[in-house]
Amino acid sequence: MDETVIRIRNLHKRFGDLHVVKGVDLEVKRGERIAIIGASGSGKSTILRCLNFMEMPSEGTIELDGKLLGTEGRANGGRAGRIYSEAELCALRTRVGMVFQQFNLFPHMTVLENVMEGLITVKRTSKDAARSRATEQLTKVGLLDKLDAYPGKLSGGQQQRVAIARALAMEPEVLLFDEPTSSLDPELVGEVLRVIHALAEEGRTMLLVTHELGFAYHFADRVVFIADGVVHETGTADEVLKHPKRERTQAFLARFTERAF
Amino acid sequence: MEYTWDFTVIVDAFPVLLRGLLVTVELWVLAFAIGLSLGFAVSLGRISGRPWVNAPAIGYVEIFRNTPVLVQLIWFYYAFPIVLGQQLSPFTAAALGLTLNTSAYCAEIFRGGIVSIARGQWEGAKAIGMTRAMTMRRVILPQVMKRMLPAFTNRGIELAKVTSLASLLAVNEIMYQGRLLSSTYYRPLEILTVVALVYFVLIYPGSYLSARLERRLAARD
Ligand SMILES: Nc1ncnc2c1ncn2[C@@H]1O[C@H](COP(=O)(O)OP(=O)(O)OP(=O)(O)O)[C@@H](O)[C@H]1O
Ligand SMILES: [Mg+2]
Repeated sequence: MDETVIRIRNLHKRFGDLHVVKGVDLEVKRGERIAIIGASGSGKSTILRCLNFMEMPSEGTIELDGKLLGTEGRANGGRAGRIYSEAELCALRTRVGMVFQQFNLFPHMTVLENVMEGLITVKRTSKDAARSRATEQLTKVGLLDKLDAYPGKLSGGQQQRVAIARALAMEPEVLLFDEPTSSLDPELVGEVLRVIHALAEEGRTMLLVTHELGFAYHFADRVVFIADGVVHETGTADEVLKHPKRERTQAFLARFTERAF
Repeated sequence: MEYTWDFTVIVDAFPVLLRGLLVTVELWVLAFAIGLSLGFAVSLGRISGRPWVNAPAIGYVEIFRNTPVLVQLIWFYYAFPIVLGQQLSPFTAAALGLTLNTSAYCAEIFRGGIVSIARGQWEGAKAIGMTRAMTMRRVILPQVMKRMLPAFTNRGIELAKVTSLASLLAVNEIMYQGRLLSSTYYRPLEILTVVALVYFVLIYPGSYLSARLERRLAARD
């Protein structure tokens, strides 16, 4: 449990003049479950998205399994920075999977095809092997009876479970969840959280951005509170959610009236 | 006004018209096929976030869409060789002009189709390690092809018609042959009527099929 999978150093992200992430350092150990919380607009999604390079970091380094990503070079504007090839990033993204708030399934493919797609195009798995692996993942998320359905015919909760199966099929070492239940009707949140919980039980390395503090409390080995693009407070779920030391964390938590932990 | 129609000249003229038709079809197929592929490439430039790729692509599209085709063809026949330092055959000049013109319109059709797909699908594909090219081929294009089909068919029909402008560069396509034959036989009305009929026979099946296809696709959605 001591092996570091991801090490982020001095991560910055700017969108034009907007400085969103302002120097984040974070280490993720193998099998660790981290919940990232914070106010809207504080930069939680951006930090998560930099981890699998959905957004390109403006500054800073990311190590995966002890290997520094990218190569030294001149970035846009001639400043020294790291440059990343598309091939490297695509390979990296199969190792760091991501589940989005909006599912982002392919509407013209069936559930099974959605999950098979990455195996076939990216991993170049044979059709038969891809089908059986995809079926396996879909069984795990409880959708064996929906293999041939199109995403448009599914509930939000079912779509999100397909998206989780699609990410799992690539056998990632790390899974990133960006508010996976925020766009769901309240009665569908439970089924998705149960799937995420089951993955946690398997000992997977996961980072979860969430506003479901009750779930975060039970899910996380470690909670990271983000404010203004920096890690403002971090510690165990108990430390951060029950006994926050810093005022700003306390103020943030005070806004959640019904605490489920 | 008395005019005695005499279609017997057509018997003599028909073989020449058919040869012209062949050239028309060649011009049409060539300009459409290359125009489509080139248009796809230009549309990629059009949607690129990089200004030095994006700006020339916009310029290209706008120039071809905002000047008359006839002027473009004439320009490629008379002016372009001077820029190039080498004479172009009338057919080459016409084919070039029509191809580039078609590519500009097709680029806009492709662009419209591609941007109609929600950004989230690019993200979904990216997150499982798909490259941009894979995403385009497997996720984006399969969804938009259907939507773009009517626009491409219209483009094809339009192109079939404007190939007739090549006659003004003395490309020996059917319109040019028609005009030559008219002055040979002094029977322009008969000959041009037949030319019009040939165009109709050439183009109508395409319009008909596309209208049917469009109805079928609309019914399915
Ligand atoms: N692609 C982008 N271009 C410009 N600004 C962006 C972009 N993505 C995010 N931002 C800005 O960066 C800031 C942080 O956004 P981010 O999505 O990371 O916040 P968040 O903590 O995830 O918020 P939320 O809880 O609402 O999801 C916001 O001000 C947002 O408007
Ligand atoms: Mg967010």
